Amino acid sequence: MSDDVPAMEAYRYPDGSITYPGHPVGPGGEEPVGTVDLSDYTATVLTWTKSTATPPGVRQPNTLAIVEFDVDGEPVRAIGQVTGEDDVDIGDEVRPVYCEELREPGAGIREPASQEWDGYRFEPR
Amino acid sequence: MDRVAIIGASMTQFGQRDAWIRELLAEAGQAALADADVSPDEIEHLYVSNMASGEFEGQTGVPNALAHDLAAMPAYTARIDQTSSSGGAGVYAAWQSVASGASDMTMLVGGEKMTHRSTAEATDVIASLTHPVEYKHGVTLPSFAGLTARLYLDTYDAPRESLGKVAVKNHKNGVDNPHAQFRKEVDLDTVMDSPIVADPLRLYDFCPITDGSAALVFCPESVAREYTDDYAVISGIGGATDTHVVHERADPTTMGGVVNSSEIAYEMADLEPDDIEVAELHDMFTILEFLQSEDLGFFEKGEGWKAVEEGVTDRDGDLPINTSGGLKSKGHPLGASGVAQVYEIYKQLIGDAGERQVDADVGLACNVGGFGNCVTTTIMESR
Repeated sequence: MSDDVPAMEAYRYPDGSITYPGHPVGPGGEEPVGTVDLSDYTATVLTWTKSTATPPGVRQPNTLAIVEFDVDGEPVRAIGQVTGEDDVDIGDEVRPVYCEELREPGAGIREPASQEWDGYRFEPR
Repeated sequence: MDRVAIIGASMTQFGQRDAWIRELLAEAGQAALADADVSPDEIEHLYVSNMASGEFEGQTGVPNALAHDLAAMPAYTARIDQTSSSGGAGVYAAWQSVASGASDMTMLVGGEKMTHRSTAEATDVIASLTHPVEYKHGVTLPSFAGLTARLYLDTYDAPRESLGKVAVKNHKNGVDNPHAQFRKEVDLDTVMDSPIVADPLRLYDFCPITDGSAALVFCPESVAREYTDDYAVISGIGGATDTHVVHERADPTTMGGVVNSSEIAYEMADLEPDDIEVAELHDMFTILEFLQSEDLGFFEKGEGWKAVEEGVTDRDGDLPINTSGGLKSKGHPLGASGVAQVYEIYKQLIGDAGERQVDADVGLACNVGGFGNCVTTTIMESR
């Protein structure tokens, strides 16, 4: 991934588990010991939906998927938008594609400065 | 140990109401006091289950407002917010207040005012409970339902129509609930032909946006006998959480909060899932009725859909589920829903459910917040 694009950063914990997003402590109760950039990996679609009733500032329709990465044998899941409007299928392979603005900040109830609004969509391969 | 009894209950008309949150809460509160024949000055603890009166209406401080409107001062008050499971969490708080000996007369009022907001706005208020990595992608509670429903149908080879039959059943039950938002049967074709909301789920797989309130009056069983012969007792109650980030769960078709909260409740009540004779489950989306009926131990994993297909969960089935019409038909005023679930079980156990009455001495209510993020399971028995 190029230097000017943020990483899709997951945290690795002492017991080998990896979570996206990262947490102050992992599933085993220990602090993280490193990070993994998931944008370097492909993933498999675990499930997906096409949402037609979207909240303010969100594209309509909004196709979403839960995907699973295999990071050297360790499964890591993530949720995110699917690029375009085409359907995907369970088991499809996808790759993360960076998007500067996934949703219009300030259009919804959440304070715009309270979180990031860029991130990664999943593009079917 | 003196068990905790419920000696009075009420619920307002659910639906689109002109009343605002303070008025809704006061309406249910007054009615519950009248039902229990308890005067306001007897109330020692007053809890209000409410998720988002500040976000929806710009009205905060509702417990104190209610105490004043009911003339219940100087009762201790607190607002219980646990998103959609605020009602169940309120039942837990009220039970705790009595079981601990801190209060001999506790009232819980749950309510929400939502319908003045557009569907998109209300959906966003509810979706604000999500993690930032979910929220920025426009993830909503209905989209979680669509994601989970697809995985469930695929994993367990369940027909899409089985989800529709949950809606058909609960709408049929709601016809006999005078407080329900929808008192109209729907057929399977109507459900299956309704617009897609979160593929594969359609409009009739979702509960409506609702205004409403419900209330319960709690006291020790020894005190209950001074007021009435018609009371029910809470014999088991448990609360539990699951991950905030939904996709981090090992099995997205299992609600860990339901499993864990029910285990606590069953153990406290010294009962098994087979002992439950009527249940109110949190059918905010049809798929949730399958997940909860399995995770509560009523049916094997992946078999909940078959129970609906076979009529087991019909009102005249072996295990009636959502005799009230459920959130699906009755409506889902967030903070009120968990209270209204217990209201229904209470009415069933004291034999006052009218046309909805089933033969039951043991009932269970399962109230879910987020997409299984927080759960309260309550087991009740007739006296």
